[in-house]
Amino acid sequence: MPESTNRTGHALPPGAKTLRFRFNGKTYTGLQGDTLASALLANGIHFVGRSFKYHRPRGIFSAGSEEPNAIVETGTGGYAAPNVRATEVELYDGLEARSQNCWPSLSFDMLGINSLISRFIPAGFYYKTFMWPRSFWLKYEHYIRQSAGMGECPSQPDAEGYEKHHRHCDVLIAGAGPAGLAAALVAGRSGARVILVDEHPYTGGQLNDRRNSPATDNWLQQVTTELAMLPNVSLMLRTTLSGYYDHNFCTLLEKVSDHLPPAERQDCRQRLWKVRAKQVIIASGAFERPLVFADNDRPGIMLASAVRNYINRYGVLPAQQLCVFTNNDSAYQTALDAQATGAQVKVIDLRLKPDTPDANSLPGLAQAAGIQIHWNSAVSAVHGKTQVKGVTVHQLSDDGRNIQGPGIRLDCQCIAASGGWTPNVSLFSQARGKLRFDEEQQHFMPDRGVAINPNISAGACNGRFDLAGCISEGESAAFLTLDALKISASKQPVTQPPADPEDQPVHLAPRILWAVPCDHPIGEGPKKHFHELQNDSTAADIALAAREGFHSVEHLKRYTTTGMGTDQGKTSNVNALALMAEYRRLPIAAVGTTRFRQPYTPVTFGAIAGKDLQNLFAPKRHTAIQPWHDRHGAVMEDAGGWRRPRYYQQYPGESMHDAVQRECAQVRKTAGMVDASTLGKIDIQGKDAAEFLERIYTNRWHTLAVGQCRYGLMLNEQGMVIDDGVTSRIGEHHFHMTTTTGGAARVYQLLEDYRQTEWPELDVYLTSVTEQWSVISLSGPSAEAIMQPLTSQPVNAADFPDMSWQAMDIAGVPARVFRISFSGEAGYEINVPTRYGQAIWEKIWQQGQAFGCVAYGTESIHLLRAEMGFIIVGQDSDGTNTPLDLGMQWIVASDKADFVGKRGLQRNVFSQSNRKQLVGLMPEDASQILPEGAQVVLPGAIQSNDKGIGHVTSGYFSSTLESGFAMAMVAGGRQRKGDTLEVMLLSGETVRVTVTGTRFLDMQPKAAQQEAS
Amino acid sequence: MLLIECPWCGQCEQSEFHYGGEAHLTRATPESDNTELTGFLFLRSNVRGDTAERWFHAAGCRRWFNARRNTVDDRFICTYKPGQNAPQETTDA
Ligand SMILES: [Zn+2]
Repeated sequence: MPESTNRTGHALPPGAKTLRFRFNGKTYTGLQGDTLASALLANGIHFVGRSFKYHRPRGIFSAGSEEPNAIVETGTGGYAAPNVRATEVELYDGLEARSQNCWPSLSFDMLGINSLISRFIPAGFYYKTFMWPRSFWLKYEHYIRQSAGMGECPSQPDAEGYEKHHRHCDVLIAGAGPAGLAAALVAGRSGARVILVDEHPYTGGQLNDRRNSPATDNWLQQVTTELAMLPNVSLMLRTTLSGYYDHNFCTLLEKVSDHLPPAERQDCRQRLWKVRAKQVIIASGAFERPLVFADNDRPGIMLASAVRNYINRYGVLPAQQLCVFTNNDSAYQTALDAQATGAQVKVIDLRLKPDTPDANSLPGLAQAAGIQIHWNSAVSAVHGKTQVKGVTVHQLSDDGRNIQGPGIRLDCQCIAASGGWTPNVSLFSQARGKLRFDEEQQHFMPDRGVAINPNISAGACNGRFDLAGCISEGESAAFLTLDALKISASKQPVTQPPADPEDQPVHLAPRILWAVPCDHPIGEGPKKHFHELQNDSTAADIALAAREGFHSVEHLKRYTTTGMGTDQGKTSNVNALALMAEYRRLPIAAVGTTRFRQPYTPVTFGAIAGKDLQNLFAPKRHTAIQPWHDRHGAVMEDAGGWRRPRYYQQYPGESMHDAVQRECAQVRKTAGMVDASTLGKIDIQGKDAAEFLERIYTNRWHTLAVGQCRYGLMLNEQGMVIDDGVTSRIGEHHFHMTTTTGGAARVYQLLEDYRQTEWPELDVYLTSVTEQWSVISLSGPSAEAIMQPLTSQPVNAADFPDMSWQAMDIAGVPARVFRISFSGEAGYEINVPTRYGQAIWEKIWQQGQAFGCVAYGTESIHLLRAEMGFIIVGQDSDGTNTPLDLGMQWIVASDKADFVGKRGLQRNVFSQSNRKQLVGLMPEDASQILPEGAQVVLPGAIQSNDKGIGHVTSGYFSSTLESGFAMAMVAGGRQRKGDTLEVMLLSGETVRVTVTGTRFLDMQPKAAQQEAS
Repeated sequence: MLLIECPWCGQCEQSEFHYGGEAHLTRATPESDNTELTGFLFLRSNVRGDTAERWFHAAGCRRWFNARRNTVDDRFICTYKPGQNAPQETTDA
């Protein structure tokens, strides 16, 4: 399909390559250097999408990243990218793009019905209609979300790579327009480290919108060339300062290869730079403000400056017949350029005709060029639904609140509208800057920043719109910045370009009509006055919000959803606030503003993730014995940051249940071994080491003899159990503490906190030695027989009693062996330096083979300890349990002067008998396994709608007991022993259970001692 | 992301630190009455403005220290070692 006559051939380099692309399934051509938007316009296509709420046809509105309407999906498969702005997509050969938010197709949209029932879905309709009654919301949520969804999540994994980098600089400059370029030149010449970013693939900002200006073209080229040659200046194009965070921490999103066909892309699609800048200069320019008039959302209605940009940068005239609708001078430049390109142009100006039109003013030049100007007039109706066909123009009443007289009809396919200019204060606002309203120019602008984010705004984003002013503001911003940096190199000023006839001073002040009248009062007829295109919010919605008392800007924003789209209302905010001010009869400054949030434009998840994916997402912590586990059928799981064997498959396909029953039975019969290297281990030394433990744990430690081990319980200051483990006395001033696997880092940090800040007078030092020791736990009736041949020292119970430790050689390796057990069987915990872990494991394994010794995993650890009634902190306890709740008051030495949690425990509430207490539950039907988390209720509670009285914390099937069994926290549980209760299953069924103690398996009398997993 | 001056290591990124809550609380002992216990466990001054707080240089020297920060504009007025009193400077924010 040939391009339409919309291409004027003026702007893009002569001989630019022709590119083919597809939009909604049809093939078109464009030129190298086009954006998707300019190429579509060159093909005469305005209608590219449907709106969010009413599904009205929408067209290309702007020419930049502020675009609210033309949001499309590009690419396919692993290259699919939803929610990208057609105005930012650089065209490449073979580009595929699709419209979004329309179903089943762009031209026939089912949800367009919303447009017909729009008066039933006013502002706040989500809250009014769907939040009450609640069941309605549940019913409609799916439908609402579907219709409100912007793009579709790609169905295939992202095929492209992303990177993250850190950088530092003296000056970060956002925006390479005239102000940013001038600032970069001054800062760069001084030798400062400068990063200059611009979201476009070229420098110059709005200088690129000019039609014929050799003077500024030369200036732009000279400045850009000089910057490129300065080694201390990084000029980063296609790069957006997306997030401005505290202490001048800024994120830059660099689009490295989005502009290339997928086949030509290198490893990296986008790169996220994390920059700490000493100083920031914001030179982010300004947005043209739309006019709020009847049906101002039709495809073909564009910002006047965007039309000019398409004509002059891309050589694309959006329509042959064009109406310029304005309240200010700047849009006349668009009229002049369009006419020069051959369009038929008419101007509709809200302002009264000046008595003495200045021939050198832009309106004067337009008049001289023969452009018809309708003064004191308004567009009162737009004709055409999927494309503008014409407008009706009326005279305005004196106060501008009504139209009067007969209307005239003008034919046009494009309306270039301008409501003036709004400084782009997004970054200044992200940096916590406060805004003020400039009454003269009628816009918000930077007022006061905060000390932690040193920055200066320069140029149009600071309310300075003339070229010479932008350049000199950029220059002086750089001077001030160099002063702040104490860089004293000579400050060289920037040469201004020679005067350009396009830079006409404004002769006629704008006429501000925040809503342009039509033939019916706003909100009381079929025509809609949109102030916010992306979220479909109208002037009538703001009036409604004002009537219903949603006055605060924060309420206004959420009630009307204005500014809540992906464009953050870049073009719409001022109109929304001004309308609110008008309806409330307040000055605009009194209405206030909301804060712009990071990111400035959407950032892909890929760029945020970078390479931190899959295996690189988090380090995998393996023990030294992992290769052996891999060779022996271990099924791994994540446990407290580690990878641990959960169980071992003896043959492929062995179920977890079968494996666990087999492992546990063998431990009880002969022996089993488990890799316990993940236990947290803290080496505690110093003259006050025992005193330190005395204060940290609930029980006594001064009395522990060298060579002995003791179980300890750790509380927080509120008296709640937070960790447990066995700690052993290595020497008079030396202890070896173990913690739970998951609690290791937290406990170590907590101990450091007390040591450093609460008891700095204690002579004690803590060292994490978790990864220095491999721990092999061997237990079972045959453990001693397996162990003895490996060492010359006797390991029988008489010579090596329970709860003691000995240094011994194991197969020639120096080891610390602890005679402790978590399974209830006789056991040894053999600690060897990590580098010997695997070798010693294999030695023990070989010894064990004659006894049928098994390796077992975490599941069997849990089952074996539960049979003994040993708790796992964090499973059977949840941070709200005192030792008494867990039946462990025996370990609290309440006669000690103090320990962490002692005062907390003294609160009366903890002695109440109806607190949840740890008990055992045995199902009447022995085959039942009670699921963890299941609710425990009184019999009949479900029929009478009573609340539960507790929950299951651990539930297993035990081959030894030949029954299911569980531990549970039950209100007043200890007094209920022998009672019958019910446990609710998710299916709705209940299981009858008997309340018991927690010592399910009394194989041998045990000191009430345990060790953590 | 804030820049925080560790008294031992100098200025480092916030991601290296853990926040530790309000500084200069008096730990409750078995002799404390209920008011003192409640104050220690639950009540925080939650100042709008200059506040003293604890930080832990977790990915650095692993030491705890105190900082005075203005909670309105996140300016750090100073940082100092545990056991020292907060310097009495204030910000004008
Ligand atoms: Zn440090």
